Amino acid sequence: MKGMEIETRSINREALAKWISLWRSEGKRILAPKKIGDQVDFASVASLDEVSLEQVQTVQSPKMAIFPRVEELFSFHSADGRVELRDRNLEALPETVVFGLRPCDAAAVAALKAIFTWDSPDSLFSARLARTTIVGVACSRADADCFCTSVGGSPGGVEGSDILLTAMGQGDYLAEIVTARGREMLQSAGALFGNAANTDKESRLAKVQAVFDPAAVASALSRLFDDAAFWEEQSRRCIGCGACAYVCPTCACFDIQDEGGISGKRLRCWDSCGFGLFTLHTSGHNPRPLQSQRWRQRLMHKFAYMPERQQVLGCVGCGRCSRACPVDMNILEHLQAAAEAKP
Amino acid sequence: MKALQDKARELLATKAVQVVIGYGRGRRGEARALFIREAAGVRDLIFDETCRQNLAVYLMKPEVRKLGKAALVASPAVLRTILQLAAENQVPENGLLALAVPASGDEVVALASFAALEAHVAALDNDLSAGEKAELQKFAAMDLDERQRFWQEQFSRCLKCYACRAACPLCYCTRCTVECNQPQWIPVPAHDLGNLEWNVMRAMHLAGRCVNCGDCSRACPAGIPLYLLNQKLISDVFAGFGSRSGMAAAGDNAMSTFKPNDPEDFIK
Amino acid sequence: MADFQPKIVAFVCNWCTYAGADLTGTSRMKYSPQVSIIRFPCTGRIDFMLLLKAFAGGADGIIVSGCHPNDCHYSSGNFHARRRWIVFRGLLDFLGIDVRRVQFSWVSAAEGAKWAQLVNETSEQIRGLGPFSGYQRLRGLGVE
Repeated sequence: MKGMEIETRSINREALAKWISLWRSEGKRILAPKKIGDQVDFASVASLDEVSLEQVQTVQSPKMAIFPRVEELFSFHSADGRVELRDRNLEALPETVVFGLRPCDAAAVAALKAIFTWDSPDSLFSARLARTTIVGVACSRADADCFCTSVGGSPGGVEGSDILLTAMGQGDYLAEIVTARGREMLQSAGALFGNAANTDKESRLAKVQAVFDPAAVASALSRLFDDAAFWEEQSRRCIGCGACAYVCPTCACFDIQDEGGISGKRLRCWDSCGFGLFTLHTSGHNPRPLQSQRWRQRLMHKFAYMPERQQVLGCVGCGRCSRACPVDMNILEHLQAAAEAKP
Repeated sequence: MKALQDKARELLATKAVQVVIGYGRGRRGEARALFIREAAGVRDLIFDETCRQNLAVYLMKPEVRKLGKAALVASPAVLRTILQLAAENQVPENGLLALAVPASGDEVVALASFAALEAHVAALDNDLSAGEKAELQKFAAMDLDERQRFWQEQFSRCLKCYACRAACPLCYCTRCTVECNQPQWIPVPAHDLGNLEWNVMRAMHLAGRCVNCGDCSRACPAGIPLYLLNQKLISDVFAGFGSRSGMAAAGDNAMSTFKPNDPEDFIK
Repeated sequence: MADFQPKIVAFVCNWCTYAGADLTGTSRMKYSPQVSIIRFPCTGRIDFMLLLKAFAGGADGIIVSGCHPNDCHYSSGNFHARRRWIVFRGLLDFLGIDVRRVQFSWVSAAEGAKWAQLVNETSEQIRGLGPFSGYQRLRGLGVE
């Protein structure tokens, strides 16, 4: 991104509504935060009216756009004693715009990409990502569970967004055109965008104080690896429910299941390192039989192993895990405890 | 609160118990589970309307059991959970101390024996509340298609994260049905059909056992009103068989026994 | 819907209903051919999930049948089954699944005529309700 100039424009709410309708008329799937019952989550929307931008953050993440809850990997068909494998038609995957996600969620794409294209490119993930445009909305509010600035992000961060909107007041948005794809979008939207009169973005953003240094946390976690008492104290109230992994925008654990009989499908679905089955061997041996060991795995994977292997943090500080956790396993609190633990 | 703290301090100081499982203040000001092993730690004990989690879920965790004998801060739902676990031979007599705290939080009743627990629970109102019954009535009044659409929409959002199972103290199977794959009886992926099968199976496995603590619904990240399924079965089990879970430390579960004259008007 | 041939799966116990169905046949009684019978040692063995699996597999209707109370070959299997059916039926209805698609019955080894009547009545009932496409439509939903 360095060296590529980021154009700024402006768009007002009325034009934004038209822009969304334009995507719809182009046959695109639009995923945006929508009020569902008592909570706000990403869902298909048809207009700006359905979108909710009041919340600090949605409960679930938009990773479902490129890493669905359940997806078909391929299908198999048996006839006349032969089995035919049918790959997915990647061309038929929906063109998608993810609208209204926060800068932390946009930054999370880099973590998912690091995992799914690590040594061999995951064709389904890559195809979905190639067909996804990201229009983020910067944060004017944050809460006590947000910690993007501790992990290299910020409430107005452009990383991962094709276009980032910042609410400037009176229904106007500053639009930062971040990527080439963003510029393409601008071209087809043309008249909906005006010149940016007010570019004072900073004054519109939430203030999130950084509370830890990820490198210091990584080395603290590694140092504490064998301190069983530390991990047991931290994780004693954890019930292994899996909610954290499922709502997390960077968690990519998955399971693969074949369904059907002599003909059927191979499916990929979400999984969690917190489950008892995580590293259970067929022999019955389990290298991580205790919840404390799986909790340690979660933190180490995100803050030590991923930076070491993929040069990207496995956490964007969105705070979803803490908000969703039924027993307040507050990740920020635990990271701080690790950083402060006496050697 | 002071009565609770004093009692906890006394229990730890005299080594009557090795751990007090109660509630402390979490980061967002709400309650969260607290495991106190030293008398000094009791100052962190709280009891208020945010103390809702069913702490009995920790009674089945090896990591907590190994700490030794526990005293458990117990709401009515927790007391009934202890009795239900006892009826299922999961907790021994005098294996733990229940600290019953009324809503006001300013006194505490220590219950050691199952008989004491039973007597205490018998004096409480263990029926579904008027509000809960009204909500079930509302569902009964909906027509079939309306109910079908409601639940299909709800289950389409289920993630199969099993937070409901993890939060429930009575889902303590070390290998849940969903974790067996010869055969894979309940599908793993969170597609609509699999979600229906999972939620039906869990509701049925809790029939006659669920104590209506509500933790499953609070844990669900998709906001599905799971409590409705459980309350429906609680209501039906009581209406059909006259049984209620968590009232006695011994005795058969409603679904593991029968009466010769159980209702059968629907059977040809 | 004149040519709708309902698929009905019958979960029956070996000692009573299966023998009763045999009697229907040996008595040369004609009855509706819509039913596929699955034999169990006892109604107590019938897992409630099997009913949902049958619907998911394409069944439009289900019959569950076994020995009369007090006549269970294993003494009390049918009593346990009955409790399970009471609760499961209530849950199905609560979820918006039409319980008229599931017919429970006690048919003894001597009741060949009752079996024929049960199958005929259930076939008519399901024919009237139509294919259970609502449930079968669930297959494939939620997979991207």
